[in-house]
Amino acid sequence: MVMGASWGGLNAYSSILSSLPEDFPAAIMLVQHQNASADNRLAWLLSKYCRLPVVAPEDKERIRPGHVYVAPPGYHMLVNVDHTIALTIYRPVHFSRPSIDELFFSAGHVYGRQVLGVILTGANEDGSEGLDYIRRRGGRTLAQSPQSSEAPIMPEAAIAKGAVGEILDLERIGPYLAESLVGLRNEKTEHPGRR
Amino acid sequence: MNGDGVETETAISDDQVHLEDIEIRLLLEAIYQLYGYDFRSYSQASMRRRVMHRLTMSGFSTVLQMTDRVLRDRQFFVTLLNDLTVNVTEMYRDPEFYRAFREEVVPVLKTFPFIKIWHAGCATGEEIYSMAILLEEEGLYERAMLYATDIDKNVLAAAKKGIYPIHAFKQYADNYRRAGGRHSLSDYATARYDSVIMEQRLKRNIVFADHDLATDQVFGEMHVILCRNVLIYFDRTLQQRVFRLFDESLDMGGYLCLGTKESLRFSGDEDAFEVVNKPMRIFRKRQPRHNV
Repeated sequence: MVMGASWGGLNAYSSILSSLPEDFPAAIMLVQHQNASADNRLAWLLSKYCRLPVVAPEDKERIRPGHVYVAPPGYHMLVNVDHTIALTIYRPVHFSRPSIDELFFSAGHVYGRQVLGVILTGANEDGSEGLDYIRRRGGRTLAQSPQSSEAPIMPEAAIAKGAVGEILDLERIGPYLAESLVGLRNEKTEHPGRR
Repeated sequence: MNGDGVETETAISDDQVHLEDIEIRLLLEAIYQLYGYDFRSYSQASMRRRVMHRLTMSGFSTVLQMTDRVLRDRQFFVTLLNDLTVNVTEMYRDPEFYRAFREEVVPVLKTFPFIKIWHAGCATGEEIYSMAILLEEEGLYERAMLYATDIDKNVLAAAKKGIYPIHAFKQYADNYRRAGGRHSLSDYATARYDSVIMEQRLKRNIVFADHDLATDQVFGEMHVILCRNVLIYFDRTLQQRVFRLFDESLDMGGYLCLGTKESLRFSGDEDAFEVVNKPMRIFRKRQPRHNV
């Protein structure tokens, strides 16, 4: 599961993560636009709202179910086909590093229909192309409703692009994810994405 | 909810993605055979993003079509090369690293009669000038030799010039202060129009050379190797090769400095180094241990 947010993201993430159960079966990778000097503060903050372990990953760290990976400031976070994390400092995308598009494209590539992409509050258009790629790969796509977003531009851009399968108010997103991914536990194999 | 009159593009199947992966490998093989640049062991996810980005920009419909152009048009290849080699850097990137280097490595370097420093993957040179300034402030520059290498001759030429946009320089000045700089960064550069040029004296003891970590050999008897945020672009096999190369290029007790998200864990060579500063990824080559 991949999520992206910009302006207002801390609120949105703490709301969503706090409603996930400790046996949540999927790996969660998230991007929050932030200043490059912020270091690991976000991962530390979010860990206070979340029953799952929150990780500020190293390059090539293995992606494990039930863990939350927060893209480190100043790096793009991608997924390798061997289910490890790739960090890069390639030039910013949509003025952002980490960029949501970078994560979404690579997750769409590796996980195909087994990925769920969530676009949240934000004040630029990062993420909509990547979310559309996830949709075209057969993955599920979700947007925070613009009226429940502190900054509606990001979800609006994704919706306008036709990338979004479902639109939910912020307080519904966490419970929705918890419910809809519970079934996954039975279907799921050791290595999601591998056929 | 898809649609709403919006023209949506077609689905992308696993087969299509698989085919793209094959075409990307063929492209990298072609580049290696014709131009000698070896990206075949680069980290897959970032290579794919860079290639697909260039594909979208260039308007070709498949990677294979683009490969044909790459093979026949050197200029087009240079454009792609620019995408593939990651040239994003800044002066005093991770100021805390330079502070740690000053506090924990410099005191040891001061006991050496001369110092050889290898900066592997120096890109456009911002970090090599950062180090040159730091050494000058510590009174070490006169006895230091800095070897700045990169795979890409174009960025080496830029590194040699040491000219940077003035808007970026303001950020660098802030990094410099946080890195424990003793003066003002503008003391080391001259502004000209909307650029700054690094002082000539900083270049006296810097040797710029092209070197490919994927194919080239040992770079002898270094006291310090800086290779920050280069290994993240390599796969594990290539990483292991490079760690061996570094191990062989370092003097006993020499320092290895990596990027703050990089790890020796997958190097297969972890025991050869002791940790000097973990968060800043500063390591030191151990004395050889005697077999018992």
